[in-house]
Amino acid sequence: MENKKKIELYRSMLLIRHFEEKLTELCRIERKLPGMVILCTGQEAVAAGTCAALEKDDVIISNHRSHGHLLAKGAEPNTVMAEIFGKKTGCNKGKSGTLHIAVPEVNALCTTTVVGGGIPIAVGTAFAQQYKKRRQVTRCFFGNGAPDEGSFHESLNMAALWNLPVIFVCENNVYSGAQRMEEHTKVKDMAARAAGYAMPGVVVDGNDAEAVFKATAEARLRCLAGEGPTLIECKTYRWRGHGEADHQAYQPKDEIARWMERCPVKKIERELLAAGAISNQEISELEESIAKIVEDAVRFAEESPWPAPLKALDDVYV
Amino acid sequence: MQQITMGQAVRQALAEEMQRDPNVFLAGEGIGVGIHESPVMPTFGLLREFGPDRVKDTPVSEAAIAGLAVGASVLGLRPVVEVMFNPFFTLASDQIVNHAAKLRYLSGGKSSFPMVVRVKTGAGFGAGCQHSHNLEAWAAHCPGLKVVMPGTAADAKGLLKSAIRDDNPVVFIEDMGLYFFPTPVPEGEYTIPIGVADIKRPGRDVTVVTWSKMLGVAFKAAAILSKEGIEVEILDLRTLLPLDKEAIITSLKKTGRLVILHEATRTGGFGGEIAALAVDEAFSYLKAPVKRVTGPDIPVPFSPPLEQFYIPDEHQLVEAVKSVVL
Repeated sequence: MENKKKIELYRSMLLIRHFEEKLTELCRIERKLPGMVILCTGQEAVAAGTCAALEKDDVIISNHRSHGHLLAKGAEPNTVMAEIFGKKTGCNKGKSGTLHIAVPEVNALCTTTVVGGGIPIAVGTAFAQQYKKRRQVTRCFFGNGAPDEGSFHESLNMAALWNLPVIFVCENNVYSGAQRMEEHTKVKDMAARAAGYAMPGVVVDGNDAEAVFKATAEARLRCLAGEGPTLIECKTYRWRGHGEADHQAYQPKDEIARWMERCPVKKIERELLAAGAISNQEISELEESIAKIVEDAVRFAEESPWPAPLKALDDVYV
Repeated sequence: MQQITMGQAVRQALAEEMQRDPNVFLAGEGIGVGIHESPVMPTFGLLREFGPDRVKDTPVSEAAIAGLAVGASVLGLRPVVEVMFNPFFTLASDQIVNHAAKLRYLSGGKSSFPMVVRVKTGAGFGAGCQHSHNLEAWAAHCPGLKVVMPGTAADAKGLLKSAIRDDNPVVFIEDMGLYFFPTPVPEGEYTIPIGVADIKRPGRDVTVVTWSKMLGVAFKAAAILSKEGIEVEILDLRTLLPLDKEAIITSLKKTGRLVILHEATRTGGFGGEIAALAVDEAFSYLKAPVKRVTGPDIPVPFSPPLEQFYIPDEHQLVEAVKSVVL
């Protein structure tokens, strides 16, 4: 991977990290956020690595832990933050909140909180891309709980049968709700399930952004060559609970500490420093500029007006 | 006018819309080559006419079929997917209820989902309760959907063409009882607007609000009652969502009496919504209690006499009408 591209990847991960850490602060300390807050802290390499391998016209379908996916795909931090606050200026006018953000401007067409609910939709967007003979792909994110849903099975079977240009990304953060992987399935690797659909299944270190990028880029090429879908399992870890209201009683403290030592942001940072691609000074400057973007987004959200109550009636039908 | 069945009318609508708009495609179980291959079935011959890229026989995967429509429609295609029988709606329902109906709202009005889910329904085929179960009230309980349930071949054709051109998700429910009897259908291109009810028979004494296959039962009852000097006005809703409230209220202002007829079971049925509307918005015009003639609160039974017991008939309707007139 070229240094320039890798620095972009690092920047994307830094933005996600700062964004999520700010949300923890806003939620737990300042208590400013309404409703559920579900964060992807520690999983930045999956969002950034996969999105770095996509073109702007490629589609993403996301799940409840979506902030990283959206920001990495190019969503505007201000309007995403305002949506999380439930403000009028939010990218969905306050209709979706943190859980269901859609940013059609960057082809982030659906975020769904129904576990596995986005997978059939990704089959549909990939079908449209194939039908219109476009050189585009769909990338569908879900966690390690989703492959236990029937929608996963139906969708992967159909996508493989029709050679649809879709990349299924299982973001395995060890937990499905409060259940560890070994408590909800007997398979060791979710990617093994791909064999049941005659589809390539790939396991990658989900904390290695470059490895995630490479696996996605290869899967994308297979899609464009008409060879159909790939299931990529990115093994990573959820630093926070399911949501910020989760006390993480089921997550051993030493396990969290071990994974924090394997921080994906620090990993790429070390690699860039070792390659001489970036200096400590440049890292400080980058962090500063990212922190400012996030501060600006919070200010934008806080200063934005609430939607007028009657606006609840809009946008149901075309 | 041509004399065709509702299945053939649906087929004409599909073929005409596919010729008109290359973004229209079909998907479903056995819609290309089916186990019930017959000229009366709505997708008969379309695979030969339009090819396998536009007529997609799918695996038996209702959730994926419905999701296929959701995803394809947000990128501008106009999918018309089929859920073989209404009870299988349950298997597709996450995609229809949580996604098709809500994603536009969740996008803040930025995205649209111009898709049609065709659903076959109706008791009377000895298919039992897991193939026969009218669930239109479920769909009508989901803001964001439109729900269409035609009672004639002519309406089915015009309404389906409108549904395909509509930018919202439409659940289009076809009673298979109407697949086998030819009725007049206009020649050539026409559409019928969604959300507009139709007075199928004007009458001064009682308004019978009905839809789908029960329209025929209403006509039989009206003929019997007419001989006894009672003139029934038959209002065919055609669309449940959005509901043509004005048409119902206008008819009630004229007749002052309301009987609702539907095949679906009684409790939680859509008839309750019509009754509530009459009481809320037309109470002062009512001269008698509102009555419902519906399927009883049981699963559709198998044995022919049991199944016939389930399906509302003209005699029950005659009795209900007389009870509010006399």
